[in-house]
Amino acid sequence: MIKFTNVFKAFPKGGLALKDVSFHVAKGEFAFLTGHSGAGKSTVMKLIYAEERPTAGEVRVSGYNVNDMRPRDVPMLRRKLGIVFQDFRLLEDRTAEENVAFALEVTGARVSTIAARVMRVLTQVGLAAKAQAYPRELSGGEQQRVAIARALVNEPTVLLADEPTGNLDERATRGVFQLLRDINASGTAVVMATHDLDLVRQAPYRVIELQEGALVYDSAVDEASPRDQAAAP
Amino acid sequence: MNLTFREAMLTFKRAPLLSALSVTTIAFSLFVLGLFGLVVVNLQDALRGVEERVEVVAYLLPGAPVEAVAQALKDIEAFPEVQSASYVSEDDALARARAELVELRDVMQELERNPLPASIEVKLKPGFRDTDHVSAVAERLRGFGFVDDVRFGRDWVEKLDRLRGLAAAVGIIVGAAFAVVAIIIIGTTIRMAVLQRSREIAIMRLVGATDGFIRRPFLLQGAIKGLLGGAVAIGLSFGAYLLINRYLLQSAFFTQEQAAAIVAFGALIGLLGSSLSVGRHLKRV
Ligand SMILES: Nc1ncnc2c1ncn2[C@@H]1O[C@H](COP(=O)(O)OP(=O)(O)OP(=O)(O)O)[C@@H](O)[C@H]1O
Ligand SMILES: [Mg+2]
Repeated sequence: MIKFTNVFKAFPKGGLALKDVSFHVAKGEFAFLTGHSGAGKSTVMKLIYAEERPTAGEVRVSGYNVNDMRPRDVPMLRRKLGIVFQDFRLLEDRTAEENVAFALEVTGARVSTIAARVMRVLTQVGLAAKAQAYPRELSGGEQQRVAIARALVNEPTVLLADEPTGNLDERATRGVFQLLRDINASGTAVVMATHDLDLVRQAPYRVIELQEGALVYDSAVDEASPRDQAAAP
Repeated sequence: MNLTFREAMLTFKRAPLLSALSVTTIAFSLFVLGLFGLVVVNLQDALRGVEERVEVVAYLLPGAPVEAVAQALKDIEAFPEVQSASYVSEDDALARARAELVELRDVMQELERNPLPASIEVKLKPGFRDTDHVSAVAERLRGFGFVDDVRFGRDWVEKLDRLRGLAAAVGIIVGAAFAVVAIIIIGTTIRMAVLQRSREIAIMRLVGATDGFIRRPFLLQGAIKGLLGGAVAIGLSFGAYLLINRYLLQSAFFTQEQAAAIVAFGALIGLLGSSLSVGRHLKRV
């Protein structure tokens, strides 16, 4: 599904953001990506959705080789992924419904099927009643739900969430996290980058920890008590 | 296509001010180009008017045989360069001179004998009114036995040649300069429209939109802006034309085809400008 093999990533003026990172996320798995600010979590995400290419090593995602992917295959890869960010990235001048529909329209989905599919995912994230609301009329938690609905509408095999709860209060955080767990329970793999170690401790999921670009801990590989290690500063 | 159209129209709705600015900018760029075009069109008209007066006159020896002259007229009219050839008899020449040279009317009245020769006046077809062709025709006219002398105002025809060349060169150079400036200005306004939507473009890419899909609404929008700008430019030019006609000088406006070409040119640079801007933007991010 997602396979990193000895991946290095250097930015032109940023030094090494990733050093020799290897891991594998299987179909249907839930994996946390943790680490301090600047550890390289977002960089891992960018490599997965082919925003960046690895400097060395190999990144394979859902049958594509990100290393030498043709630019015109990138959109095809992204249609198999759902991507969610800390800052939601909704289009301000479209309603919740239109934001979600947009992701389908972009892929050339049949127009007659769009409305029904949009309502289905909005219902799934618990926002069917606010379908006509604009982002500015929604709370942060609600906006993130719209973003998750948009990520889900193409029925991705993997949902990538880069600090999805970073801008939310505790209550909204719990709600969004529960939603991600439900999504995972229905068979979608989830990779979630987060700072929130309470969240990490709450759930029995795999933890991959980065430190200054190096993978220092992977609960699927290291035997020793995963929670404590992940919680260590 | 439906979706492309909807997205293109959304731009006008969401950014009415910037859209209006783009259309206005395109309109004024094309207006300047249009004004210059009017100058060129009118200059050409004026040149054509002058050209029409290019003629070759063959003066005949006294007593040229009438039948031979009539035959010669037919032959001359069959020359590929010749539009018309007409015979002016001695009496016609005198009558004309009397009418034209009013000051000398009294002198003319007292003449015992008509001093003016008969002539054949030859007008050339458009496209043959330059030194080379005129000289060639004059040379052939000299070949007729009853022709005394041939005149065509060589200096004048040569000047006309030079003027024509100059007008063409200025037209092409200045026109191209204006067109380039217009394209740059239009490209810039469209670039602003693209930048204004860069966040949206980034999101479109994240959800898997192809570059072609992202590009299409911009192209359509650019073409529409160019089209509107072109139409406004024609309107402005027509206003300018009316003012000039009223207060300065009698002049000509574009033909319908020329006006349509200007509007089409607007659409084309709108299309090119947005294609370049979006292409550059997509390549960069
Ligand atoms: N486009 C870039 N150009 C240069 N350096 C970059 C770029 N993107 C990231 N970096 C560097 O790479 C390193 C890892 O950044 P990354 O964004 O992956 O960290 P992160 O773990 O997501 O941090 P945070 O928790 O703050 O989001 C940082 O040192 C950052 O400065
Ligand atoms: Mg980050």
